[in-house]
Amino acid sequence: MTAITEGSAALVVPPLAKSPGYWAGVWRRFKKDKVAVGAGLVVLAIILMAVFADYVAPADPTRSSMLRRLRPIGTPGYPLGADELGRDMLSRLIHGARLSLFMGVVPVFVAFVVGSVIGIAAGFFGGKFNTITMRTVDVFYAFPSVLLAIALSGALGAGITNSLLSLTIVFIPPIARIAESVTTQVRGMDYVEAARASGANALTIIRVHVLGNVLGPIFVYATSLISVSMILASGLSFLGLGNKPPTPEWGLMLNTLRTAIYVQPWVAALPGAAIFITSISFNLLSDGLRSAMDVKG
Amino acid sequence: MTLETHPDRGGAGTPLLQAKTLTKHFPLGGGAVVRAVDGVDFAVMKGETLGVVGESGCGKSTTARVVMQLLPQDKGEMLFDGEIVGGQALTLKEYRRQAQMVFQDSYASLNPRLTIEDSIAFGPTVHGVSKAAAILKARDLLQRVGLDPARFAARYPHELSGGQRQRVNIARALALGPRLVILDEAVSALDKSVEAQVLNLLADLREEFGLTYIFISHDLNVVRFISDRVMVMYLGEVVEIGPVEELYGDPRHPYTKALLSAMPSMDPDNRTMEAPLAGDPPNPINPPEGCRFHPRCPHAQTVCAKVKPILATMGDGVRQAACHMQVPGSGHSHAPALEAAA
Repeated sequence: MTAITEGSAALVVPPLAKSPGYWAGVWRRFKKDKVAVGAGLVVLAIILMAVFADYVAPADPTRSSMLRRLRPIGTPGYPLGADELGRDMLSRLIHGARLSLFMGVVPVFVAFVVGSVIGIAAGFFGGKFNTITMRTVDVFYAFPSVLLAIALSGALGAGITNSLLSLTIVFIPPIARIAESVTTQVRGMDYVEAARASGANALTIIRVHVLGNVLGPIFVYATSLISVSMILASGLSFLGLGNKPPTPEWGLMLNTLRTAIYVQPWVAALPGAAIFITSISFNLLSDGLRSAMDVKG
Repeated sequence: MTLETHPDRGGAGTPLLQAKTLTKHFPLGGGAVVRAVDGVDFAVMKGETLGVVGESGCGKSTTARVVMQLLPQDKGEMLFDGEIVGGQALTLKEYRRQAQMVFQDSYASLNPRLTIEDSIAFGPTVHGVSKAAAILKARDLLQRVGLDPARFAARYPHELSGGQRQRVNIARALALGPRLVILDEAVSALDKSVEAQVLNLLADLREEFGLTYIFISHDLNVVRFISDRVMVMYLGEVVEIGPVEELYGDPRHPYTKALLSAMPSMDPDNRTMEAPLAGDPPNPINPPEGCRFHPRCPHAQTVCAKVKPILATMGDGVRQAACHMQVPGSGHSHAPALEAAA
């Protein structure tokens, strides 16, 4: 019989060339998907635009001019026209990307963390704990997301922090449900049984064997929620529950420009177009990620 | 930190594992229960291979999972080298170092996100071995199961064939230095040529590491090849246990007879003429009264429907069968006469 022994001297493990792993395969398949790569580049461009807004924007997004209100697209000095207070639309759209992206990404990220913890715990431990947790989650899930976001924001009061909070609460249930169903699948796999048979405790099994297999699918699902979050955040701002003027944000811009829809329809439609392009890019990107990750082997 | 193999305590003549009235019922709701394993008694001697055979749904795999303690038993207990499993002298964690399991599905039993060596090294690290030592151990084991570590250690499961993956699973089971390895249909999913290789590997490893196997399979030829003794299960109960050649040559329980006669003959002049067993096994939710096999048994008599036969030890003391026809004075007309009383 053998024993596993370790000498007092430091052990040297000769390194081996790792074969290209799972993520290498995902990247290889993702690269072939032209639509997803294009969407990814658009998302990257929007993020860079938001981060470097101060350098990219041609003008101050808050400097107004009563003389140049509602100028059409292509006016000299105002490439995308001017809004109802005579502010440069292009600069406002560029700066607005900051808050809009922030409102899209942050609630989804926080909900991803919280929802994953809830869902993985419920899925892994199962039984009564699962039933109680998931039925509680279902209570929130039963509300339409728009209604829940508006109700929570309304109850908490207007403001960016409160709308972030309410959006986070809206996204926890769907993420927790996905996390629970993926974890339940993984928990039934023989490699989890084998890990239990080797005497590992629940936390070690979750860390080594569950997380790596469930976080990918949950993450992909969460990416698809970013666009929903942006649209909901815009909706809250539109209703006056989110961002306050004069800070540029696409939802609020859409709201204030709606009165100008008959005067300058093209300018009034620009914030909506920005929301549309960003959200569809996020959606196409997550679709591409999903199909790249979906293939076995 | 060292992971020493546990020394033999009781001596070579004592059983390594004794299962006593092991019972596992699955409640279905509404009061119905599936009697998956219903009072199973058996012993595995040190260094032997106990084959377990039976139809699908007879409780073979549930027995394996209860023996591995992946499912807690409802009733009964197990003694491992004389110590109660899960008791003070032998905690569950310690028991799991000494007993390991290889599953049927070689792909599902390896984490797709871990390299082969990480999968094998996981067990020892759980028991406090350093990561570096565990990796070296894993590479050594890969060598022993016939996979070149330089080529395979850093690969992922999907890059290996079924036979290679099952070798990895065997290495993983051996990484903790177990004394008992439960092989639950471990070669059933492999094609025949690979199956033979893996069976030979298992036989070699048994010699090399002094292992004891519980070998579960529905393939009677494979069980005959690898086992020293065979246990036949039917509807969650043991119907017959005996040394492999005696049991295959002279089955005592009608179910064993039927099972063996269902084996295709290798000789066309010696075709099986007996009709195979008709129908499916009865529902384990509501098993028949008396002997569970009586509705399908060609020799069933009134006593069989009323009295449940015990697993009786027969003349030579090494064979056991749960059939009224083997017990003198049971009331069955084919039962041997009560010569001792006369």
